[in-house]
Amino acid sequence: MTKELPTYPSGPRHWRSLEELAQTPEFQAALSGESSADILAQAEGLDRRDLMKFLGVSFALAGLTACTRQPAEKIVPYVRQPEEIIPGGRPLFFATAHTVSGSATGLLIESHMGRPTKAEGNPSHPASLGACDLYSQASLYELYDPDRSQTLTYLEEIRPWPSFLGAMRVAVESERAHKGAGLRILTETVSSPTLAAQIAALLSEMPEAQWVQWESATRDQTRAGALAAFGRHAEVVPRIDRAQIIVSLGADFLTSGRGHLRHARDYAAGRRALAGGEGHRLYVVESTATVTGANADHRRPLRPSEMESFVHALAAAVGGSGGSPSDPFLAAVAADLRSHRGRSVVLAGDAEPPAVHALAHHINSVLGNFGETIAVIDPIEARPADQLGELRTLLADIDAGKVSTLVILGGNPVYDAPGDLRFAERLEKIKLRVHQSLYADETSRLCHWHIPAAHYLEGWSDARAFDGTASIVQPLIAPLYDGHSAHEVLAALSQNPEKSGYELVRATWQARMGRDFESQWRQALHDGVIAGTAFEPRNIAAASASVAEGGLGQAPARRSETSGRSPDASDAIEIVFRPDAKVYDGRFANNGWLQELGHPITRLTWDNAALVSIATAQRLDLRKEDVVEISSGNGKVLAPVWIEPGLPDGSVTVHLGYGRRRAGHFGTGSGFDAAPIRSSGNLWWAAGQIRKTGDRRELSCVQLHQNMEGREIVRAATAAEFRKNPSFVHEHEKEPGAEETLYPLIPSDTYAWSLSIDLTSCIGCNA
Amino acid sequence: MPQIFHRSTNTISRVSIFGAVFVFAFLGWLFYVLEASPYTTQQNVAREQPVQFSHAHHAGAIGIDCRYCHTSVEKAAFAGIPPIKTCMNCHSQIWAQSPYLEPVRESFRTGRSLEWTRVNDLPDFVYFNHSIHVNKGVGCETCHGRVDKMPLVFQAARLQMGWCLECHRHPERFLRPREAVFTMGWEPPEGVDREEYGLNLAKQYGLRSKAVLESCSTCHR
Repeated sequence: MTKELPTYPSGPRHWRSLEELAQTPEFQAALSGESSADILAQAEGLDRRDLMKFLGVSFALAGLTACTRQPAEKIVPYVRQPEEIIPGGRPLFFATAHTVSGSATGLLIESHMGRPTKAEGNPSHPASLGACDLYSQASLYELYDPDRSQTLTYLEEIRPWPSFLGAMRVAVESERAHKGAGLRILTETVSSPTLAAQIAALLSEMPEAQWVQWESATRDQTRAGALAAFGRHAEVVPRIDRAQIIVSLGADFLTSGRGHLRHARDYAAGRRALAGGEGHRLYVVESTATVTGANADHRRPLRPSEMESFVHALAAAVGGSGGSPSDPFLAAVAADLRSHRGRSVVLAGDAEPPAVHALAHHINSVLGNFGETIAVIDPIEARPADQLGELRTLLADIDAGKVSTLVILGGNPVYDAPGDLRFAERLEKIKLRVHQSLYADETSRLCHWHIPAAHYLEGWSDARAFDGTASIVQPLIAPLYDGHSAHEVLAALSQNPEKSGYELVRATWQARMGRDFESQWRQALHDGVIAGTAFEPRNIAAASASVAEGGLGQAPARRSETSGRSPDASDAIEIVFRPDAKVYDGRFANNGWLQELGHPITRLTWDNAALVSIATAQRLDLRKEDVVEISSGNGKVLAPVWIEPGLPDGSVTVHLGYGRRRAGHFGTGSGFDAAPIRSSGNLWWAAGQIRKTGDRRELSCVQLHQNMEGREIVRAATAAEFRKNPSFVHEHEKEPGAEETLYPLIPSDTYAWSLSIDLTSCIGCNA
Repeated sequence: MPQIFHRSTNTISRVSIFGAVFVFAFLGWLFYVLEASPYTTQQNVAREQPVQFSHAHHAGAIGIDCRYCHTSVEKAAFAGIPPIKTCMNCHSQIWAQSPYLEPVRESFRTGRSLEWTRVNDLPDFVYFNHSIHVNKGVGCETCHGRVDKMPLVFQAARLQMGWCLECHRHPERFLRPREAVFTMGWEPPEGVDREEYGLNLAKQYGLRSKAVLESCSTCHR
């Protein structure tokens, strides 16, 4: 069996794994054991022919069931049929929004007789435009997940909701006596106007109480960078479709973060325009491997410690100071940026330090990109904050004995707070701990009260998209497991403990919509967006001039202008932390659909790994699936190695969100938890050591499934060749011969259907 | 060595070899007859229902349109069984105290649905869609018979594959104008050729080719 790599008119030679490139014996073996029938043969002694025989016989026998008397069946109609429902087939669609880390994606959810079955994007929502990401798709699984927490508990014993209301009443009354000095509310990033208004009302009653937001994939550094550049909190929204030169400094804007679906749509449009000689060019400089990096025209992996000096040099080169850079990559980026003033955009990733963000804003300002390719708007968070700083303050207050009641709405800080904060052990010092969440997780176990949360498809809420557009989060089904939304739990702390989420959300918008509320409300529910709520761009580009002269203008000590050299000590390594592309910060860890999905870069399923580059693996004598011990100043973890080309040498990437201890059947125990080596000093990378243990651990990687086996399914040419010969794709096509199909050939003027993917605009979003 | 069998057994063996053909043919015929008999298909067997609902009265005598109750017949695969609310539209006013209707009122009071016994039931490996048939000019009566004359509804057709194919092979023999789909006892205009008339309708309604109508995957999808 020969497996030739396909040849193309020109362009790159395609390969899908290092083993395939090297044509190793392991790869050949993996290929020959690929098909499920072969696997069956190995397992059961059943070969492909026998399998077909059994299939055929069972199919024929199944037909015999038609020859029997049909058993009597019942039809059970509605007593009162809900309006617009057509029983037996036609689904209804309802607009709602899915919020991850405070940023909403508008969705249309398909509903069959009251049961939500499928999420699609809402074409009228600016963050979706009809597209839908994998978290939204998989949220349907989450809704029906039998592992979701089903009962409200106090000290792990079942309690009814009114008894929680009673307990809160007592607790809040005693807090109120001290103006709420001992009360803390811990949430994830909140963009919901209703939730924010509820918390604000609570804080105005009890001015000493505090509201803390925390997420493990926090955008603190992005916020800090904007604050430094603009002198105020601001949200930077790129318009990818208007940019011809896109420079990403660690920003995975195509598949993660705020508005990524919209950015991907705009990006793809630019890629399609390439055929006509227009379009854009994407430079990516990053410390790990992302989908955006994989799409880059030019890409430079940099260790996190090198990032800041690179961006300083870039800023200098764009500004025209400091002569021409010696690094040709940097020189090319700078030259391209300088020749595309007002038509370029420089983006910094959430994991980059504030200085990189501030410098990116500065470069954009120098290039006159603000107002052209970038809009600056007010933050979409209800209260932008330094989340890590607030969490630290909370923990210090706990140590000082100032906190007597902690209400945690969503989130799982016991699992995802950095190891050095020792959140779990400090949490237990608090007298009354309440946790509301979808699953009875690590944090719930350490709290007195656990309240099952209503899924977003079960309860009313509202949220803002990346551009500020507000949507009503409309439920499609009554809570399956007696869940309560964050609004209802917060109401329990207020003077009106029994207010429903519906009343609260309506009240918020009644106040804002004013006259003719009822029709506006219905319109907003129907459209999935509330008209006119997108934030107006602020004209504050000028403020960024201060950055150039300000404190951030100083470049840190330059360790190396160009990458390539590894840190000196042989086992020293830079550990890069990133949220996982599938389970994110761990909140989706029990989602079987997401676990089963291959990681967009590594194609690993059900596991995370320590990702290293080829050169690093060679230097440390590591092979795939070797178990290594990674240690930082905080602690150490054991992790299997995965070799991934494209990573900066001398670094190891570990993804957060795995190694959950109380997630459910699927999440618990899959992968390793990176939190112990993560430090609150620097959330996104750490200097550490890596040591081979000699153990091995098998990982399941789906990369080699469905091999092309020499068939030309993927066809490629350069843009120039395409312009010369636009039909090159079809030249290698051949009709299947009559002997290759069992079906009679039905003559047809056209294809009944076909699936063709324009790989030019495909970003590999994985959804 | 003495003969074990008498000579006469030769005749018996010849007859039984020849007869075996008939025995197998008989068994095959018996299977076929049983298979197509109302015993198996339950054709013409009136079903017991929780309420003695008479289509003869409602559809026949009063003349309520089929679609008043079977609301989704033109839009969906399933014709729709009316919610109890539909019954109560009238029966909260008339026959409001009738003991026959107590199960209906009880259902309406308690919110527990009535459980009707399904009369026309296809096997689960067959895909059937009411809306396409109704919209292409197949009358209710063509499959369900004179429902307006059934006090208790029974299955009027065999509902076996051979029966389906009779129409899928020759739809022109059964099609009627869309306006007459819900009419009971419709007859084609006098003097026209039935097949020609049907072919015209098939063309007018854009019926798919016979290759599609007879394809396995049209119904077994």
